Amino acid sequence: MSETPNETLTGAQITVRLLERQGVRLVTGYPGGAILPIYDALGQSTAIRHVLARHEQGAGFIAQGMARVSGEVAVCMASSGPGATNLLTAIADAKLDSIPLVAITGQVPKAMIGTDAFQEVDTYGLSIPITKHNFLVSSTEELLEVIPRAFAIAASGRPGPVLIDIPKDVQSRAIEVAAWPEPGHRSAPAAADGMALAEAAGLIAAAKKPLLYLGGGVIHAGAADLAVKLAEKANLPTVMTLMALGAMPVDHPLSLGMLGMHGAPYTNLALDECDLLIAVGARFDDRATGKVAAFCPQARIIHIDIDAAELDKIKTAHVGIVADVGEALTRLLPLVPENPRKSWVDRVDALKTAHPQPLPGLDDPRSHFGLIRAVAACLDDDAIVATDVGQHQMWAAQAYPLRRPRQWLTSGGLGTMGFGVPAAIGAALAAPERTVVCFTGDGSILMNIQELVTAAEQGANVKIVLMNNAVLGLVHQQQTLFYGQRLFASEFQAMPDFVTTARALGIAAVDLDQAANPCAALADAFARPGPCLIHAGIDAEQKVYPMVPPGAANRDMIGAQA
Amino acid sequence: MNASNRNENQALARAVLEIDVANHPGVMSHVVGLFSRRAYNVEGILCLPVGDGRQSRIWLLVGEDQRLPQMIRQLEKLEDVGAVRRHHAEHAVFTQLEAFFRP
Repeated sequence: MSETPNETLTGAQITVRLLERQGVRLVTGYPGGAILPIYDALGQSTAIRHVLARHEQGAGFIAQGMARVSGEVAVCMASSGPGATNLLTAIADAKLDSIPLVAITGQVPKAMIGTDAFQEVDTYGLSIPITKHNFLVSSTEELLEVIPRAFAIAASGRPGPVLIDIPKDVQSRAIEVAAWPEPGHRSAPAAADGMALAEAAGLIAAAKKPLLYLGGGVIHAGAADLAVKLAEKANLPTVMTLMALGAMPVDHPLSLGMLGMHGAPYTNLALDECDLLIAVGARFDDRATGKVAAFCPQARIIHIDIDAAELDKIKTAHVGIVADVGEALTRLLPLVPENPRKSWVDRVDALKTAHPQPLPGLDDPRSHFGLIRAVAACLDDDAIVATDVGQHQMWAAQAYPLRRPRQWLTSGGLGTMGFGVPAAIGAALAAPERTVVCFTGDGSILMNIQELVTAAEQGANVKIVLMNNAVLGLVHQQQTLFYGQRLFASEFQAMPDFVTTARALGIAAVDLDQAANPCAALADAFARPGPCLIHAGIDAEQKVYPMVPPGAANRDMIGAQA
Repeated sequence: MNASNRNENQALARAVLEIDVANHPGVMSHVVGLFSRRAYNVEGILCLPVGDGRQSRIWLLVGEDQRLPQMIRQLEKLEDVGAVRRHHAEHAVFTQLEAFFRP
């Protein structure tokens, strides 16, 4: 506690002061009755800028975009009742992708809790299973302890969202503050077990066909460089989860790109042959493993993760190491001998040649893959790539040349349609010097299209590439492949004019379908600062291939032939 | 199968968990929610404050199946949980209460 002259402050003023002391300079949210004292205090803050979303879920994903780009805890706010329930999806999304958030919600006054008061909902109860931790603040004094602690919890260990529910009377009541608590920061985790690291190094040295399997934890830990160094030193071909894309540049000779349901054929076939799997900050998600019993069936497993509950959850590790993956890799590196491993690297290269990722139409900007590559050609590696959820997301994961950690923002675990546009806005707010591109679909964009107004208001430098096939692509694909081609509720009968809609919501728009030279039109759109919607019609019959049917082994891919 | 055999089998298939937690209104919900959302039945619950009342101890009688080690790890992850200790089903904490639960 730092000593200062006593001040008499309301809970709302204390909350804002604690956010300022935390170093927060940008918050996003949506006001309402039960959080008005905090908004009143926030309005008086000269240090914190508030970005008004147009829906609380938008605010939650804007905060996620900020956190995913910066790696720092981001803050979003909403009122009680529907404000809080609208935030929940973004909070659940942050939980599954381990994104550090502090969500502050207003609550009805304490005396009215449990009376079915206007805009009362059990925010605390609703948020238990989707937060890392949550608080219902029962006194103004408690704010001094709870708020720094919430930041420390969100940032420490495996990051995640923390919710603070603050009743209106707790916000309004004034107390004397004699001393301020230290801001809450990430606490250092316990060091990795040296014996286990030595054992892991021994397994890597002895392995004939090892693979490195990187997950989102590598990005969160800032350990991508270390992972690449380990791969290079020991010649470990490397696969990445959807969350880890960018950890190793996709054109690195050892990169096998994304594994799993929509991974490249050679990637899943290499996994099928490996004799050692080194999982780092990954959690053996079902979209990555396919049928677990058939995932890397001959492999021993080294599993390094900061969350002890992830070890042995899906696959039993021969060597399990609970640690910050950066710390573990730093100490593992000198223990692992250099090894050219020529026959295995040659074998993997042969698989790459024989079983490539099908990328039809790569040179045609009017096709899905061609459009993604044409967008990439307009940008350098400083650009940030956000996606929504659906076919466009998987095509971007397969074809966009991702080369940098925190370059790629996507809803992995929860798979939330509507993530893309607000997350891209948050990214642009957190990194205003960068261009943010958001690949979205005609289904996803409608789930948070109101945030185009926020983008216009903020002048956010987001270029939204709308791949419009007039269907819910992944549903259409599954119905076509697995439900006897009975297309139901997946083809839109009515479709807005997205170009006109974007303009009506205040942002520039261009229709590539009408452009004589789509590449030139794209370059024009990217050259102009500020938000822009780029509309491109694509073929509804195109599938995301290869595809491992749900529940099947990863070696059994549909559409693996180029 | 006679009654004593049945009881033995039940005993084999159960475990008792002793959990040190912070004492506040939401902590039971956090702990029990881990089980309910996995459709994992909790057969018995006991909870009382310990010492100065800032901490409580929760005793759970649960079915013993292959998910139990993962459940213990999930419990240990909760911010409000200090420690989790696993005991056999015959632990006195529940057997001594049998008199209160006769049909």
